[in-house]
Amino acid sequence: MKKKEWIAMILAGGQGSRLTLLTKKIAKPAVYFGGKYRIIDFVLSNCSNSGIDTVGVLTQYQPLVLNSYIGIGSPWDLDRKKGGVTLLPPYVNERGGEWYKGTANAIYQNINFVDEYDPDYVVVLSGDHIYKMDYSKMLDYHKETSAEATIAVIEVPWEETCRFGIMNTGPDGRIEEFAEKPRNSKSNLASMGIYIFNWDILKKYLVEDEADPESSNDFGKNIIPKMLNSGIRLFAYPFDGYWKDVGTIESLWEANMDLLKEDNRLNLFDPKWKIYSVNAIKPPHFAGATADIKCSMVGEGCVIHGEVRNSVLFPGVYIGKDTKVIDTVVMPKVMIGENVVVERAIIGLESVINNGCRIGDSTSGSITLIGEYEQLPQGTVYI
Amino acid sequence: MLDYMGIINLNEREDNIKGLTGHRPLAAVPIAGRYRMIDFALSNLVNAGVQNISIFTQNKYRSLLDHLGTGKAWDLDRKNDGLFIMNPMYDYYNLGIYRGDIENFKCHMDYLNFSKQNNVIITPSNMICNLDYWEAIKQHNETGADITIIYKKADNCTVDFQYCNTLEMDEYGRVERIDINFGNENECNVSMDMYIMKKSLFLDIVNSCVSTGYCDYFREAVYKYLHKLKIFGYGFKGYLACINSAYSYYKTSMQLLNMDISKELFFKNGLIYTKVKDEPPTKYKENARVINSLVANGCTIDGQVENSILFRSVKIKKGAVVKDSIIMQNCSIEEESRVINAILDKSVRVSKGKRIIGYADNPEIIEKKAVI
Repeated sequence: MKKKEWIAMILAGGQGSRLTLLTKKIAKPAVYFGGKYRIIDFVLSNCSNSGIDTVGVLTQYQPLVLNSYIGIGSPWDLDRKKGGVTLLPPYVNERGGEWYKGTANAIYQNINFVDEYDPDYVVVLSGDHIYKMDYSKMLDYHKETSAEATIAVIEVPWEETCRFGIMNTGPDGRIEEFAEKPRNSKSNLASMGIYIFNWDILKKYLVEDEADPESSNDFGKNIIPKMLNSGIRLFAYPFDGYWKDVGTIESLWEANMDLLKEDNRLNLFDPKWKIYSVNAIKPPHFAGATADIKCSMVGEGCVIHGEVRNSVLFPGVYIGKDTKVIDTVVMPKVMIGENVVVERAIIGLESVINNGCRIGDSTSGSITLIGEYEQLPQGTVYI
Repeated sequence: MLDYMGIINLNEREDNIKGLTGHRPLAAVPIAGRYRMIDFALSNLVNAGVQNISIFTQNKYRSLLDHLGTGKAWDLDRKNDGLFIMNPMYDYYNLGIYRGDIENFKCHMDYLNFSKQNNVIITPSNMICNLDYWEAIKQHNETGADITIIYKKADNCTVDFQYCNTLEMDEYGRVERIDINFGNENECNVSMDMYIMKKSLFLDIVNSCVSTGYCDYFREAVYKYLHKLKIFGYGFKGYLACINSAYSYYKTSMQLLNMDISKELFFKNGLIYTKVKDEPPTKYKENARVINSLVANGCTIDGQVENSILFRSVKIKKGAVVKDSIIMQNCSIEEESRVINAILDKSVRVSKGKRIIGYADNPEIIEKKAVI
């Protein structure tokens, strides 16, 4: 196999258990976002747009939808003769086999895959995050600083530092200290879970980490602290764009709502950095004679006869007459009948909401969630 | 496997739709917000299971080639068969003079000979419909016809289907006369220019036309063989539009705002495929007011849109009004401007406060990339 300068490994096996009903049958990276996409589209498009042509996707939890969605990678231009996208589920070998025990173990079990391309650098990414980033600039930084490992960091509000892995850096950007979810933090630079490693160094640490029975085989908890302790050159690469980990129903809803803001920093309309996706085969959406749509995003194939405010509609949604959909995320192929009010909610794939239902509560702080393939009979009130 | 190959014959008249076909063939004219005309013919064939499809072009085919690519969008990037594009061959001997589609078929005889399938479906690109070829093939086999011509019994021939061929059939469905619709009668059987026949017969017709110089056009040949061969009509019952003029283009587009028609056209016997553009969903801003309109992905709307079709990536700025119009990809309608009864080709910019106003029976056509 021809040598590659760099390849990417995307961790996509997470369950995303806090997304409850939405991740019952699919892994978190396959969750719908933004009126068209699945979360993993962002990282795959970033790879493609950054010029990475070899990508391993590590799957474990409920991989069926993810596997068929990614396929051979053509939507992201990753169907290549050499490289391209490879799905890497756990497997058995002559000594038996095991599940991926942690993020580091997942890469460890696929050392052979990486070695086949003999890369100088390996980019380790998470399939759960929504952001646009040019990894080639991060690689330039990695080379300029002669780093052996580079971690992308983003400034987070000081009061939220206790939720993240926090980096304390020197003036040159070199990481001096790493604290996982610290109570009192000296810095507000949080790790984004985006790493570039020199492959020879990473491989050595993965093997060592695997030999340590005490380790939980995790990048944040084990690999990075071990590298730091033994004086490896670790640098923080500052990123100041939009970045969101949609771990919960609230943050998923919020990230969708962010797209509707005037000053939203995640520009999906940039022709130079398109987010690729499997496109629905549907005609343009239709706004009927009684439709009233404002401050919203609407996907193809929708048919709208009611009022839509501040909402995100995925392809193939139907909204009947005299219905109001406000502050809501409506996933693909949902049917909403007539005379329905939906507020502050997420409606899962292909659910049917019959006439006269009342869903969600505008005064409440929380988000009402309707799961996938639900059928709500006429007149249901669900808050 | 279906023993049929498909031929999309782009030998179509463009003289009444010049405004949109100056730089592209009729087959590549954008339609319905995100499609090109040819998507309907291609998808109908693909949905019937035809896997060997060739497109016989005339000229100006750059935008068509760009649209078709390898045929992936129609699942036609196959190892065996797939999509073939047959451009006319200009050589020293014919001095670049186009002598009709028969000549084009003759030039690509090798392809026609080598194709494994024993039967052929020939279709134009300008008959917009969602059609199930299986029904027609079934009837073709039952009647034992040499050629089956698909037609539609229409009741609005004085206005629509101008200059289309019309068929007259006997009680068994055998075609007795072929005419041209000059709009004299309301009711007529519009030939959809779709032919089903054995490949060997098709080749015979082409070869004998070439050797005798008897006919330059395939349509002409069918007319001349009318009484020598068993030619039957198959009546198509669904929605049909023939786009052969700017007026019919505009009228058909406006008919798509009727959801019953749209639903049939885009879903009935199979989906209509097209090249994907990876545009984000359309964004409605706070002053948006859109009614009775079809809107493709990637638009940003902050103005008023009524009875119109917006293609991908159209921008409607605050205070702009678009009514009864077709706005193609990448157009920008700026603040306080008005567009009424118009067709705007791709990438037109209507600057602040400007007006484009046409007539319902004669829409204003604005050329690609124009700045108003």
